[in-house]
Amino acid sequence: MKLPFDLPLNQSFEAGPEGPAVDAGWTEPPSRKGFFTDTSICIGCKACEVACKEWNGVPQDGIYELLGSSYDNTGALGASTWRHVAFIEQRKPLGGEQTGVAEPEAGGPPVDLGMPSFSRPGESGQGERSDFRWLMSSDVCKHCTDAACLDVCPTGSLFRTEFGTVVVQDDICNGCGYCVPACPYGVIERREGEPGVKNVGIAQKCTLCYDRLGAGRTPACAQACPTESIQFGDVDELRERARQRIRKLHDAGVTDARLYGADPDDGVGGAGAFFLLLDEPEVYGLPPDPVVTTRDLPAMWKRAAVAAVGLAATAVAAFVGGRR
Amino acid sequence: MSADRPAGVGPAPGPAPSTNGRRRRGGGGRREQPVVPDAKFESYYGRPVVKASPWKPDIPTYFFAGGLAAGSSLLGAGADLTGRPALRRVSRVSALASVGVSLYTLVHDLGRPSRALNMLRVIKPTSPMSLGTWSLTAFGPAAGVAAVAELAPTLERRLPEPLRWVARLLGRSARPAGLAAAAVAPMVGTYTGVLIADTATPTWHEGQRELPYIFAASAATAAGGLGMIAAPVAEAGPARRMAAIGAAVDLAAEYRMETSLGIVAETLHEGRAGRLMKASKVLTAAGAVGGIVLGRRSRIAAMASGAALVAGSVCTKFGIFEAGQASAHDPRYTVVPQRQRMERGGSHGAVST
Repeated sequence: MKLPFDLPLNQSFEAGPEGPAVDAGWTEPPSRKGFFTDTSICIGCKACEVACKEWNGVPQDGIYELLGSSYDNTGALGASTWRHVAFIEQRKPLGGEQTGVAEPEAGGPPVDLGMPSFSRPGESGQGERSDFRWLMSSDVCKHCTDAACLDVCPTGSLFRTEFGTVVVQDDICNGCGYCVPACPYGVIERREGEPGVKNVGIAQKCTLCYDRLGAGRTPACAQACPTESIQFGDVDELRERARQRIRKLHDAGVTDARLYGADPDDGVGGAGAFFLLLDEPEVYGLPPDPVVTTRDLPAMWKRAAVAAVGLAATAVAAFVGGRR
Repeated sequence: MSADRPAGVGPAPGPAPSTNGRRRRGGGGRREQPVVPDAKFESYYGRPVVKASPWKPDIPTYFFAGGLAAGSSLLGAGADLTGRPALRRVSRVSALASVGVSLYTLVHDLGRPSRALNMLRVIKPTSPMSLGTWSLTAFGPAAGVAAVAELAPTLERRLPEPLRWVARLLGRSARPAGLAAAAVAPMVGTYTGVLIADTATPTWHEGQRELPYIFAASAATAAGGLGMIAAPVAEAGPARRMAAIGAAVDLAAEYRMETSLGIVAETLHEGRAGRLMKASKVLTAAGAVGGIVLGRRSRIAAMASGAALVAGSVCTKFGIFEAGQASAHDPRYTVVPQRQRMERGGSHGAVST
């Protein structure tokens, strides 16, 4: 449906080929920035979670809470969790986490760093070694090309930056909460807490360190990541790097490896922050086929128009028909 | 982030099929054969994939009150044009009171109520909440003038001569204001169905085909019901007919929604949402039948039927709200429909190599 009017706002039903920043009205923006999170080399250190909290002044949310889900006591992304490291324990052979597989051409066998070693379960003694692997993945806001949170925001607080990222303007958001159910990944959340807590009552999420980007710096999580599992850069370049990494892993026999959110034809027009996963997305708590809800909005407005005309017609019929 | 629900069972949430299997309660009888039998799905420790809205009962109240306001202003305008002063009066007052409730609850639910006016910074066609707030902003003052104008004759008698022109002006603006409110009313009563459908909340988004009709119909039943309660039987004919048409459309659209949503429809049958939806159907049907059969003869019966219709509309709005919240809390309702969509070939998903 073509709308009868056009407004120069940060909005679009779907992004064009120039990229989201141009669609939002930026002229000659810098190249689109994003994250490529290669979970095959994540070691679950949570340095990203800590660096993010420290740099962005994100308040604590729950202390000493043990969730009983492997080493994950963070739980999920939310208003006060902008990076979340997931831990999944599986009875499957190791994937690309093995040293050596990670960079096969880097030169021969892994180098002994002299670290203390211990034998793995079933390895030393009698009996067969059982398969076991740990999946670790640092989740983050996807900074979608077609961002539902931004589309539905009624105040214009959520906006598209010149870097093609999606950011909440803290001084404008009135906490209506509409972006929260709109996000297909369950990322953005309204911050709850005592009055006085920073930005309480308004929607909060990863800004891709908008302040650091403006100063030409790397976002805090990527800066802190010791294994370069979190890679920051131009989205085009990161996508190419991700494709190469996938080829390498597949050649090394890690057929589980797949990209998530790297395809510009997916339901959100491709994510600015995408991932290399070693299992199905839902195993990591990610939706397998996220779709920006506003893709269906023109059809919804059409039905609403029919319903509205029906309501008016009902009123007319109620007065015209009948005896009294 | 605090855990909303207990962590998943066992150390291997990945490959293990969901242990909380399917859990259809009630009914007991024959159940329809699902497309994918016994939907298995994987999740991360059973945690939700999408987030439920942070909305409190304010928001379903706002959906109900907005619908009542819209329907009432339509009834009020019709009563005005066809010479039914009692129905006109109650409908105009009801429109003003309920749009007041609507605006109050909308603001009260905000995380920062003091910033409510930021809603009027922009006009965004991509945001149903933005367009809805603007239509309420147009509707409110018009409905207000029409309602306050009911006092014009009294004012004209009471005010001293030099000030009577105020009362006369008010009296003359009543009809234009009432008609202006009625012109915006269909949008006010309908957009909330789009508002919730335009989310990733499974029940609401999957219900996008029916929700605008359910919400519009529910607006008609609520306003018709209120007219039956408050207006004398002799004038309440249009209210009864409006309620009857609304109830028929409401029940038909609800039935369609419950039968076309696949696995997600479970949320409309289970728990609090299920009880509310059942109550809404019983109350709406009983009120409509009661209104048609007895509404013309007995004021008591008309009032009872009207009350049932209003209560039915409340239950519809709260039931759909609760069903949506429940669907967001359970990852099954996010993952399984998406997997089914991919299996049908409707989408290739977000994974690539």
